[in-house]
Amino acid sequence: MPPSTPPALTPVELTRWAWRQLTSMRTALVLLLLLALAAVPGSVVPQRDVDALAVGQWQDQHPTLTPIYEALGLFSVYESVWFSAIYILLMVSVVGCFIPRLRIYWRGMRSRPPPAPRHLSRLPEFRTLEVAVPPAEALERARSVLRGKRYRVEVSMVAEDGAQRPSRSTAGSSVAGERGYLREAGNLLFHASLLLVLVGFAWGNLSGYKGGVIVVSGQGFSNSLSQYDDFAPGSLFDPDDLAPFNLDIEDFDVTFLRGGPQAGMPTDFAADVSYRERPDAPLRRHELAVNHPLSVEGGDVYLVGHGYAPRVTVRDGAGDVAYKGPVVFLPQDPSFASFGVIKVPDALPEQLGFEGLFLPTYGFSMETGPVSQFPDALDPVLSMLPYRGDLGLDTGEPQSVYDLDKAELETFPGPSGGDFRLDIALGQTKTLPGGAGTISFDGVDRWVKLQVSRTPGKWLALGGVVLALLGLLGSLFIRPRRAWVRVSSRDGRTLVELAGLDRSPGGDLAEEIDEIESRLQDEPSEGRT
Amino acid sequence: MTAADFAGISNTAIAFASIVYVLAFMSHLAEWASSRGVAVGSPREVQAAGADAPERTASAPASLVPRSARQTRPASAVLPGAPAPTGTDADPVEVDDGTQRDVGAARVRVERFGAIGVALTVSAGFLHAVGVVTRGLGAEPARVPWGNMYEFSVAGTLGVTAFYLFLLRKYQLRWLGPLVTGFNVVVLMLAVLILYEPAGPLVPALDSYWLVIHVVAAIIATGAFTVGGMASLLFLVKERAQARGRTGSGYVARLPELAVLDRVAYRMHAFGFPIWTFAALIAGPIWAEHAWGRYWGWDPKEVWAFITWVAYAAYLHARATAGWKGRSAAIIALVALATLLFNFVGINFFFGASSQHSYAAGLVAAHSGLG
Repeated sequence: MPPSTPPALTPVELTRWAWRQLTSMRTALVLLLLLALAAVPGSVVPQRDVDALAVGQWQDQHPTLTPIYEALGLFSVYESVWFSAIYILLMVSVVGCFIPRLRIYWRGMRSRPPPAPRHLSRLPEFRTLEVAVPPAEALERARSVLRGKRYRVEVSMVAEDGAQRPSRSTAGSSVAGERGYLREAGNLLFHASLLLVLVGFAWGNLSGYKGGVIVVSGQGFSNSLSQYDDFAPGSLFDPDDLAPFNLDIEDFDVTFLRGGPQAGMPTDFAADVSYRERPDAPLRRHELAVNHPLSVEGGDVYLVGHGYAPRVTVRDGAGDVAYKGPVVFLPQDPSFASFGVIKVPDALPEQLGFEGLFLPTYGFSMETGPVSQFPDALDPVLSMLPYRGDLGLDTGEPQSVYDLDKAELETFPGPSGGDFRLDIALGQTKTLPGGAGTISFDGVDRWVKLQVSRTPGKWLALGGVVLALLGLLGSLFIRPRRAWVRVSSRDGRTLVELAGLDRSPGGDLAEEIDEIESRLQDEPSEGRT
Repeated sequence: MTAADFAGISNTAIAFASIVYVLAFMSHLAEWASSRGVAVGSPREVQAAGADAPERTASAPASLVPRSARQTRPASAVLPGAPAPTGTDADPVEVDDGTQRDVGAARVRVERFGAIGVALTVSAGFLHAVGVVTRGLGAEPARVPWGNMYEFSVAGTLGVTAFYLFLLRKYQLRWLGPLVTGFNVVVLMLAVLILYEPAGPLVPALDSYWLVIHVVAAIIATGAFTVGGMASLLFLVKERAQARGRTGSGYVARLPELAVLDRVAYRMHAFGFPIWTFAALIAGPIWAEHAWGRYWGWDPKEVWAFITWVAYAAYLHARATAGWKGRSAAIIALVALATLLFNFVGINFFFGASSQHSYAAGLVAAHSGLG
């Protein structure tokens, strides 16, 4: 909005004027449009902070574009220099716009309504009426009507002692009213709150953290860095800030729709959790579900996923138990066909490895091979390809638990050529060829994926947005308005002139002036003259 | 009645609502077609057709349509849908006496088609509402009827209808009739043909009272922005026609003055923007924090909601910026509407797999393990 007074031409004012141009509405508008435009690539190109896995896949598929995109920062648009530049410029523009307007507003707040213009009839709304009461009383009535409509009023008398005697001059005494001062306040609040949101957002990103961990039902988790599968700290995060809580997943339940057109959709899943906020704190319980997180001191725990962890026992060639326990398999599709790897480094004489699918409800067709027909574990089967050789665990390089390094591994020969495959139903034990060992499918556990995060400043950001919304409402719906009433006396009659001026677009000024007019009339009200 | 009965009623009601919208649309077309012969030429409108009209809008819009003109005779020559003039006070909008009788007969015809159009729209809206309510009852257990894209489309278009009918009298919006009914026909048809899913329970990710708060706010804001966008579109159409000197007759000529179009558009947007702010930047983040453990994660849906917000902020800014009023602001409003619709349609279809908001795919609701 343009300043209400033209700047004076002193050097200081001139500088301020230049600064105001620099931080003008037009600049802000262009920056806003640029900001919208700049946000687009982040929704098209996978973002490292949102889905690092997708970024990796995209980069594998587009080897030529990757270095260019990398240089442009397209894999983390919202931290990139150019995106930051736009919103920082915008914020500078907001501040530059804000400070002078704050001063103008402060002055405007304390000023009195401007006196009535000489020609009220030139204003957008103008009415004249005659009343039966003497001018002084009409003036007082106008004052109280405007006061009643929450105008700030200023009465200017023409005659020094004018209250009792009507003035002889043609220009009579007048009342000036102004209202809607809060519109600009709302506007200023809105823009100041945006800064608050930005500060809260930045604070959360810098000193917060977000970590993910898969916990098999029946096992526990304690909040320390080494326990996380993935961990994304802000750049100011201190590992000592991790809250010292621990929790156990006592039980996990999931219900799938058995019939109907949406069969297989989960309707409900929840984990029964027992936890201690500190090692010496009392044990508490919580039902952890989507939309029902666990809040502990210094962090929040969310249930963000679930899957199956089949329990297996692997015996080696010597008949000794080389591995026993649940193995986490990752779901691949809505039927919960899950991919997983079992590594048995302790098997003798050779290390064993298994790679394949867990199918919660086994099905088979010639076209697809083994499939899962339903996400619930109704007829679970492990369909695995066994390997023998060296798992490559001794090289010292970290290995993913979901990935088998097959460089030093070989499959077993199948009975009719090809590779030897194993389909193991629940409770079965299958023997590997050549006396290499046996594998038993003992049971099915479930796992939950937990996300632990701490976002300081979120209340600041929330408060900022709420204040911004309040300010916005004020700036959109409060109508700054001026009204003037001039009372004059002519041939013993009292003539009242009424005029109004809207200082914001889109108002119903006429309606308001009509209403004021009707209140200015005598009781019972007479028709318009 | 069982849930399946309700689901069946819902499908039937939506189908009939679509048909009645088609009839309403046709009747509005007939309204405008039959008004072609009726000359518009009012001094006020010709005067307002000047190049400075948009600027005047912002500075003194109230003065352009005084209350007396709006209340007793809602600009009858400008709006064929308005009640017949009472003729209590002389007004420059009146056509000259010679043609008064012919014009009167034509007006009655125009008025009849228009009234039929509105009545049909009301009926369609009623059927539409029945369809939405029974859809919610058709799920077992009963729930809010906006759990997937089909339901959101159906509820969203109901929002547009409700908006239009609610403000029809207050702002004399009948000129929006063809656009509103046409829009609803197209969206409902697409929803039934492409997006349809049988009624069923909610996926757990959506099972929260925030679904009511967040989505209702989004639906209301979408309705307001859509109606506002239509007004902005007509503003541009009318402005272009006037710039080419075609102001004689037909639909465009009978649209309200540019100032009125601009003001209706502004009011819709000014109403929608705070609600969108609440839906996208308050309720959405609170729910996201609650469900996913982060209040803002630059998920594609969030990015586009942000883009829409910035674009509408730009529209409001543009209306207060010299040189951007009128035409440029209207274009920004349409761009913003495009981002809003893209966020609804595009994100679910093009970024389905990567967005946590992708509820388009039947069985799978949210992402990876959640579904």
